[in-house]
Amino acid sequence: MRHLLSTEALDRETLTALLDDADEFAEVLTRPQPKVPALRGKTVATMFFEPSTRTRMSFEKAAKALSADTMSFSPGTSSLSKGESLKDTVLTVRAMGVDLMVVRHKATGAPWRIADWLDIPIVNGGDGAHQHPTQALLDCLTIRQHFGTLDGLRIAIVGDIRHSRVARSDIFAMSALGADVTLVGPPTLLPIDPDAWPVDVSHDLDDVLEELDVVYLLRVQTERGGGSVFPSLAEYTTRYGMTTERFRRLKPDAVVLHPGPMNRGVEIGHDVADDERALVLQQVTNGVAARMAVLFALLGGDTDA
Amino acid sequence: MHEVVIRNGSVLTSEGIIEADVSIDDGVVTGLGGEIAEGVVEVDAKTCWVGPGFVDIHTHLREPGYEWKEDIASGSAAAAAGGYTAVVAMPNTEPAIDNGPIARFVAERGSTAGLVDVFPAGTITMGRAGETMAHIDELWDAGVRLFTDDGDAVGNAAVLRLVMEYVAQLGGVISQHAVDPSLSLAGYMHEGAVSSRLGMYGIPSAADHVVIDRDLELVRATGVRYHVQHLSSAGGVERIAAAKAEGLPVTAEVTPHHLMFTEEDVASTDPDFKMMPPLRRSEDREALVHGLTTGTIDVVATDHAPHAALEKEVPFEHAPDGVIGLEWCAAVVNGEVGLDPVTFFDRMSTSPAAIAQIAGHGEPLSVGASADVVVFDPNQTWTPTTSVSKSRNAPYLGRSLTGRVRATIHDGRVTAGGG
Amino acid sequence: MRHVMTAEDLARATRRIAHEIVEGNHGLADVVVLGIPTRGKPFADRVAAALSDIEGVPVAAGSVDIGMYRDDIDTRPKTRIGPTELPEPIDGKVVVLTDDVLFTGRTIRAALDALTDLGRPSAVQLAVVVDRGHRQLPIRADYVGKNIPTSLGERVSVRFEEIDGEDGVWIGTEETT
Repeated sequence: MRHLLSTEALDRETLTALLDDADEFAEVLTRPQPKVPALRGKTVATMFFEPSTRTRMSFEKAAKALSADTMSFSPGTSSLSKGESLKDTVLTVRAMGVDLMVVRHKATGAPWRIADWLDIPIVNGGDGAHQHPTQALLDCLTIRQHFGTLDGLRIAIVGDIRHSRVARSDIFAMSALGADVTLVGPPTLLPIDPDAWPVDVSHDLDDVLEELDVVYLLRVQTERGGGSVFPSLAEYTTRYGMTTERFRRLKPDAVVLHPGPMNRGVEIGHDVADDERALVLQQVTNGVAARMAVLFALLGGDTDA
Repeated sequence: MHEVVIRNGSVLTSEGIIEADVSIDDGVVTGLGGEIAEGVVEVDAKTCWVGPGFVDIHTHLREPGYEWKEDIASGSAAAAAGGYTAVVAMPNTEPAIDNGPIARFVAERGSTAGLVDVFPAGTITMGRAGETMAHIDELWDAGVRLFTDDGDAVGNAAVLRLVMEYVAQLGGVISQHAVDPSLSLAGYMHEGAVSSRLGMYGIPSAADHVVIDRDLELVRATGVRYHVQHLSSAGGVERIAAAKAEGLPVTAEVTPHHLMFTEEDVASTDPDFKMMPPLRRSEDREALVHGLTTGTIDVVATDHAPHAALEKEVPFEHAPDGVIGLEWCAAVVNGEVGLDPVTFFDRMSTSPAAIAQIAGHGEPLSVGASADVVVFDPNQTWTPTTSVSKSRNAPYLGRSLTGRVRATIHDGRVTAGGG
Repeated sequence: MRHVMTAEDLARATRRIAHEIVEGNHGLADVVVLGIPTRGKPFADRVAAALSDIEGVPVAAGSVDIGMYRDDIDTRPKTRIGPTELPEPIDGKVVVLTDDVLFTGRTIRAALDALTDLGRPSAVQLAVVVDRGHRQLPIRADYVGKNIPTSLGERVSVRFEEIDGEDGVWIGTEETT
């Protein structure tokens, strides 16, 4: 593995190896001194052309727990605002002595472009509505820790799949690991032409609710693509929200995940968000371990060997 | 001793293809067939097709205003390299070609470069703003026959209808960039399986269809000659076929990139596959190839759209639309569609000249006719690696193509190849 | 490949090392056995079982992985991270580290770093099946199954039933492995 750009090409074996490592790194994070020297002397740059505090902090924590140095870039304070091109910006940062870049960009494919321009590993920290592979890893890690495996689990991803890089990454990773994935949402939020995707599709959450092991709720955003995509938040919650009533109808050991930040009272009920079967904070903790596994896989060892 | 002699080619004449030598002197064809004396320049046309120089009715030369992308001289050189002897320059320059003096400027710069005849197209509306009628009479008097707001469709049906009426009485042609602005506003590529997977906003084929459907109704009302630029979908081809069957004065073009590539190529997110209208499904590509073969689609037009490297060294979504194509168009048509030479010259030269009302181009070779000639080898395979154009935004670079221009002769002078 | 220890030799050496551990530490009260994956772990399990036999109390072996602590991460092929599992906290305990072969000493250095991050043992002792020499660091073993002088071009292969399907020790040249 030279870069981590997408989950589409990852097979079960690669995913499992990353998750196994992530489990070991999760143990490191519970130690009195949660730090190992694995990437001492390496420098990881977080290049977030689209602002994101949470994901950036998670990557920086992961790098530091591996003893790597970190540098960060934000478009607001950089020479991008002075007209420097994306290519010159990343070449400049590379020239400072960076060993790996984490790239977030609102344009689909931007990390691929940067991977073409540079000679170091690139981790996609989220590109447009396309891919966010480390989110998928932390989600799968969380589910695997709870159930022991993803094989045979029924997972519903609910909400704005069409505009979600989280959904696109999760769909391929979860299904490669053996889960049955169902996409649930109104037609305007479901992907166009998903025939080639390894998923089932439903417009009715109540119809599938009682068969589910995992309910993955996506964050609701009301305005997309220049028009409204559903009638109102209230109507969305009525049809697709994980209300307390729906939560009670789930199987007793079913769990709820959410990539955050949550809109309490919209896609997830206030009480549901605080229930112990809502694994939202465990996802956040696992985010650090999963990203450690990715950084170690790309920088730990001669990867050409 | 002749100025130029083309030996042993398969020559397009009014009697069809004949094996013959051709001599050229003082800008005209002086001999065709029989014994022809030695030429100062001898072009070996063995295994080649010899016919009228190609005519591109959809070229962006970028001058005035965007000379860092291309200028009339560099665009003319690219055209000559691709076998063209005449091009129609799109009017989306800065300022736009919406009045007589700018049209004359462009034509004169073309003459100065002297590599191809440059015919400016004029805008439909002032400044291509879609609101008020351009200086149609001035443009007409400056030689403009083709009117387009290319780059944008004319969104306002009332405005378009008035210009159609005005242009109809002159005998000009309205050339429409048939992509609905609201349906394409947010999109970057064809809306379908690939855009969905990439999470990229798409442009549905319906964006083309709603404009064509509306315009055909206005053509019925005004009787204007109407040309649809860069067809991209099977549905577009069907609409043109139906309009022709109905007897409407409608023509259409297809670009080389829509003949060669599909949405699958966009999966690379390489900005050299970004253009408007977008590359669509393989079924669409097949319909375009079929439409060109049968004649539903009249011509191949390059939509040669140069952009500087720095403008394309960005993520796909941020890149400007368009790719260059003058230098490889004939090869793409030959390799992807595989036309016989008579049909090939019709789509590349004769029909384009007829649509744009360009005299002295596009006619089968005959003694006494203007010597605008291309020598094209349909069998040579080659892999282009660079371009004569100022820009390099070409998806063809590094790909094997079949068919290559061996020489281009404009006004009796060899403007490309020939060695 | 030269067969230098049979399964019986290996079993005898393991029992002897267990006796030495009991004797050296005056019992097992503070002893924790930790193997270095991959082949230090089955050896740790064997030593723990032998200790248990001798003293009549259950002894659990754990593992301490060194994948995150190597000093040659840049140059060696990427290796998988093995498990780190402590049967009990190691603060104030005597940790007996076990590995199959003691060679340059770099693996043991990495393991000592790992132990430092995991707690503060009162002492760390080292038990290995084979000491083949060629140390690059000032490290020595407290308990050795067999000292086998080797040349640098030779390869020592310690095999365990659990992993390799057979017990014993073999020596070969690089070419024959």
